[in-house]
Amino acid sequence: MLPSFSYVRPETVKDTVKHASARGAALHAGGTDLIGCLREGIMDVDKVVSLSALADLYGIRETADDGLTIGALATITEVAENPLVRNKYPGLAQGASEVASPQLRNQGTLGGNLCQKPRCWYYRGEFHCLRKGGDMCYALAGEHQFHAVFGHDRICVITHPSDTAPVLAALGAKLRVAGPDGGKTIAVENLHVPPRDNVLTETVLGPGEVITRIDLPRPAANLKSSYRKVRARRSWDFALAGVALALEMDGDRVENSRVFLSGAAPIPWRSRSVENVIRGRRLDDKTIAEARAAIVENADPLPGNTYKLELFKGVIEEELSAMGRPE
Amino acid sequence: MGSDDQGNNDVGRSGFTRRGFIQIMGTGAVSASLAGAAIAARSKPVPPEKVMDAENTVKISLHVNGAQHAVLVESRWTLLYVLREAFGMTGTKEGCSRGECGACTVLIDGIPRYACMTLAVEAEGRRITTLEGLMSGEQLGPVQNAFLEEDAYQCGYCTPGQIMAVEGLLRKNPTPSLDEIRIGVSGNLCRCGAYTHIFRAAQKAADLKKR
Repeated sequence: MLPSFSYVRPETVKDTVKHASARGAALHAGGTDLIGCLREGIMDVDKVVSLSALADLYGIRETADDGLTIGALATITEVAENPLVRNKYPGLAQGASEVASPQLRNQGTLGGNLCQKPRCWYYRGEFHCLRKGGDMCYALAGEHQFHAVFGHDRICVITHPSDTAPVLAALGAKLRVAGPDGGKTIAVENLHVPPRDNVLTETVLGPGEVITRIDLPRPAANLKSSYRKVRARRSWDFALAGVALALEMDGDRVENSRVFLSGAAPIPWRSRSVENVIRGRRLDDKTIAEARAAIVENADPLPGNTYKLELFKGVIEEELSAMGRPE
Repeated sequence: MGSDDQGNNDVGRSGFTRRGFIQIMGTGAVSASLAGAAIAARSKPVPPEKVMDAENTVKISLHVNGAQHAVLVESRWTLLYVLREAFGMTGTKEGCSRGECGACTVLIDGIPRYACMTLAVEAEGRRITTLEGLMSGEQLGPVQNAFLEEDAYQCGYCTPGQIMAVEGLLRKNPTPSLDEIRIGVSGNLCRCGAYTHIFRAAQKAADLKKR
C-alpha cells in the first residue's frame, strides 16, 4: 500500500500551478516514476497533482514554422511511433523506443521522462545519501558500476536516467513551462542541474512550475539525428553508455554538430570535445579515430566503471561511421 | 493459470470452464457496450476534474471488461489493488509491484499497461480489459487457447500478464514478426524461462484470431 496523500486533478493549467506550488505537492503525469518513488518512500508527498485532465498537454503537431510541438503528456510510445517525429527527428523516435519496457512506454510521458528521479540504488534504497539531504554519496566509495564518468565532481555520481533528454538537447528542443510567475521557455540543455550547483534537485524547475509542451525547431534540410543506447539487457535497463547525435551534413562532411551522452553524467552530457573534432570535417577513419579519443577527454571514471570509457569509444565510432555512409 | 488448469484434460481449442469467472461478470454487462462506444468516440478522453482527501474513500466508476463498476477508493489505491481486492478479479496478478515484472499487465483503452503503477482514480473514464475480459462466456479467447496449446508456461504466475501483453500486441499488429513479438512481450518476465513457447503461442494466437 502506498503512503496516503490527497489527490487533485485540475482542469486548468492555472489551477494546476496553484496546487503544485503548495509544500509537499508532486506532479503526476504518467505516474511510472512517481508511484515507484512513493512506494519506496524516497519522496515525502502530501498531495498528488494529476495533469491528466489538462487537454492542452496532449497531442503532437507541426508548428507554423515547420517545427514540431509535443504535449508534455504525449506517451513515450506516441513519440516513438509518431510519423512526424520519425520523419523529421529520427533520433528522438529511436531514443523514445529505447525507453524501459512497452508497458512503461505506453504510460510514461515525454514531460515525465525529462523529470525522472535518479536510479542510483543508494538513492532508491534505505540510504540517507547526499541527494536526500544526508552527508555522503555512498556510491562514490561503494557499488558504482552503472554510475557517472563525467560531471559528478566526486560529489554525487548518479547518471541521468532519461533516453529522450540527450536527443532533445541535441536537437535544440525548448520546453514551455507554466509557473506562478507566468510562462517561460527553458532549453532542454539547460533543464538539468549538475551536483556542483545543487545536489538536492535534478531540474531547474521550481515549486509550481509545470512543463506543458516540448517544442522542436524546424529541422535543417541536411539534419541527421540518431540515438544509440548500450545496456546490459534489451528491455527495462537504463543506459550504460548512450550517444545522441544531431549533425548537419554536407555529403559526408559535418557542417554543424551537437553531441550529448546518456549513462555518462548526472545530467545529459554535452561532448564538446567530440563536436570540436568532427565539425567541418569528413567522417573518415582519421576523424573517427580522433572522435574516439575525444569522447573520453576529461572523463573522471571511478574504479568500478572504467569499462564505460571503452563503451563510449565504441559507440561513437559506430555511430559516426553510420552517419558518414551515403544513404 | 494454476495447477488445476493444467490437470484438466478437456483443454484445447474448444476452451474450458474457468471456475469463479461467473461471479465476476455479474454486474452490468449489458449496458456496457453502449458506454464503451461513447468513450471510444472521443479522440482523447480527458477525465473530469477531481479532488480527494487523504485516507477518505471517494466513489468512482471504472469501466472494466465492458461493464461500469462503481467503487469506493482511496486516492492511493492502485488499479491492481481495486481489481483484485474490490472486484475480486484475481486473474490480474501482483508480482513485483514496481513495474518491473509485468504480471499485472492489463489493457487500458486497448493498450498494455502495468496496473500496479496506475492509480485507480487515474483509470476513470478509460476502458479497462483484464484477463477475465478475454473470455466469451465459458469460452477462452484465442490468446488464452494459444497459450494452452503451445504449453507456454510452467508455474503459470506470469501467464495472465503475458497473455494480456500478447492481446495488446495483436490488437495493434495482427501479424507480428518474431522480433515484434519479442519486443511486444519484453515488458513481461518469466522466471521459468518459457519464452520460446510464449513466442510460439503469440504466433499461434495471431493465427487463431484470424479464423
